[in-house]
Amino acid sequence: MTTWAPEKVPALEARGLVKLFGRVIALDAVDLTLYPGEILAVIGDNGAGKSTLIKCLSGVTIPDRGKILVNGNEVRFHTPQDAQAAGIETVHQVLAVAPALDIASNLFLGREIRRKGPLGSVLRMLDAKEMRRLAAEQIKNLGIGTLQNIGQAVETLSGGQRQAVAVARASAFGSHVVILDEPTAALGVRETGQVLKLIRDLRDTGKAVILISHDMPNVFALADRIHVQRLGARAAVITPKTHTMEDAVAIMTGARRMTPA
Amino acid sequence: MTTTVDDGAASAALEEFLNRPPSLGQRVHSVLHSQPALSPAIVLVLACVGFSLTSSHFYQLQNLSLVVQQVAVVGTLAAGQTLIILTAGIDLSIGAVMVLSSLVMATLSYQQHVPGVLALLVGVAIAIAAQAVNGILVTRIKLPPFIVTLGTLSVFTAITLIYAKGQTIQLPAGAFLLWTGDTFSIGSLHLTYGVVLMIAVYAVFSYALRYTAWGRHVYAVGDDPEAARLTGIRVNRVLLSAYLAAGMAIAVAAWVLVGRVGGGDPNSGLNANLESITAVVIGGTSLFGGRGVVIGSLIGALIVQVFDNGLALAGLDPNYQVLAVGILVIAAVSVDQWIRSVKA
Repeated sequence: MTTWAPEKVPALEARGLVKLFGRVIALDAVDLTLYPGEILAVIGDNGAGKSTLIKCLSGVTIPDRGKILVNGNEVRFHTPQDAQAAGIETVHQVLAVAPALDIASNLFLGREIRRKGPLGSVLRMLDAKEMRRLAAEQIKNLGIGTLQNIGQAVETLSGGQRQAVAVARASAFGSHVVILDEPTAALGVRETGQVLKLIRDLRDTGKAVILISHDMPNVFALADRIHVQRLGARAAVITPKTHTMEDAVAIMTGARRMTPA
Repeated sequence: MTTTVDDGAASAALEEFLNRPPSLGQRVHSVLHSQPALSPAIVLVLACVGFSLTSSHFYQLQNLSLVVQQVAVVGTLAAGQTLIILTAGIDLSIGAVMVLSSLVMATLSYQQHVPGVLALLVGVAIAIAAQAVNGILVTRIKLPPFIVTLGTLSVFTAITLIYAKGQTIQLPAGAFLLWTGDTFSIGSLHLTYGVVLMIAVYAVFSYALRYTAWGRHVYAVGDDPEAARLTGIRVNRVLLSAYLAAGMAIAVAAWVLVGRVGGGDPNSGLNANLESITAVVIGGTSLFGGRGVVIGSLIGALIVQVFDNGLALAGLDPNYQVLAVGILVIAAVSVDQWIRSVKA
């Protein structure tokens, strides 16, 4: 399964990210490397800097110091749109969906397709048919069979289905990096299974995936590599093959020290 | 205690339960949910049928023409109010801005002898500028719309009274600005051009909300501003644009008002602020934002006017109209609460 190889150019790389909130050090020179076609789990205790790290990578927060590179080129994100333009999509823990709008509208929210010709350019009319068609195709490609009616309002969906819409949204539009922040935190067992399968499918289409999760068994089942965050810094990068869950917890809590990978 | 059941049988029973046909209540809920203007439309039709039974004058085209003419000012204003309420805001100053704008139009034209078209354009600019003040206070200083517009309500009302010096302006017959009060007939239906302008405003807003990306962004921002921000929508820009677009509707309403009162009257449209909100709420738009259609507000304004007219024709104390509108507002908000309570 693991297609990761060190000589590849990372899809996304962070070097020495520093972020202070007042006197609180949220990120203390964090490095992160993510290769195409892999799932990198980011784990860490509360306050270890996971969220801040992810916010920096998705353009929500601007780091004080450090570099972010996409496919080897340095980038600067000032807004979430900048990150999206660079092909980085994020599924936030607070599901960023508009509940009253339908599935197709949600998938295309913020990047709607307009009709061709004067209807689109002068009257700015949306091409609802085309958006529905593409949305249906996207949903089908991801194998989300439970979403049948693309015109259904998102608020009528279950938690797992909403999450699937958010994942579908993030994986569409030519993104090559998908960041998922606690995608299964609010879900039941069956729905968690569906979302985990979605994440695997994303990886298998060649996208690079960052998965932030508290759920150790899921992390060990899915991840190719695991980035352990501790006290605002990267404590270690391990793999499910070389380390056990106990090792991961020990590194997370500081019971065991590792030389950075 | 745990019980083990045969997996296949359990899930089959579960599937059957999950796929059970929806109950009548669920079906009604689902229809009302997808068609927010349906319940006010039903109320309007029932009210018309009811008043037609109590008075043979009610359904005369002449009377219905009057109802539609009388609704033009508040109806146009309600279109602008709908935009703001869709963003989960509220505009208490909307009527005050309209009166200020109408007074500027009439005064410039009459006292300063400014050509009518130019006076109109200045009035439009005043309305949009006033809404820009509201919008900037809401988006930049991050004040709640209720507080901002409560403040600007007093400010704009005061400016109007200071500017007017207590005078009412009567424009001479045939003045350009009075065009909105001129009538034309289709058979025995007599409408003013103000009604045509109102319908035009609704057509433009309906189109923009339904068929453009901007419209969807207005709904998304009203629904959940944080989610909208994370999906990459520029929330403040959308909010400000909603206030400015409402300013356009207010300007049109101001022109219709000039035609209706025959000039500028600082004491006209006193209740227009609340009447516009009433029309929007009865029209099925949620005060919590993100839900509703602009045409519902026209239906809402018509309902209020139909009650006013119908109860008067039935020979009832006009205070019953106030009572009826109050009950309708509470009923409309209750229906909205029920509609918004969706279970997955």
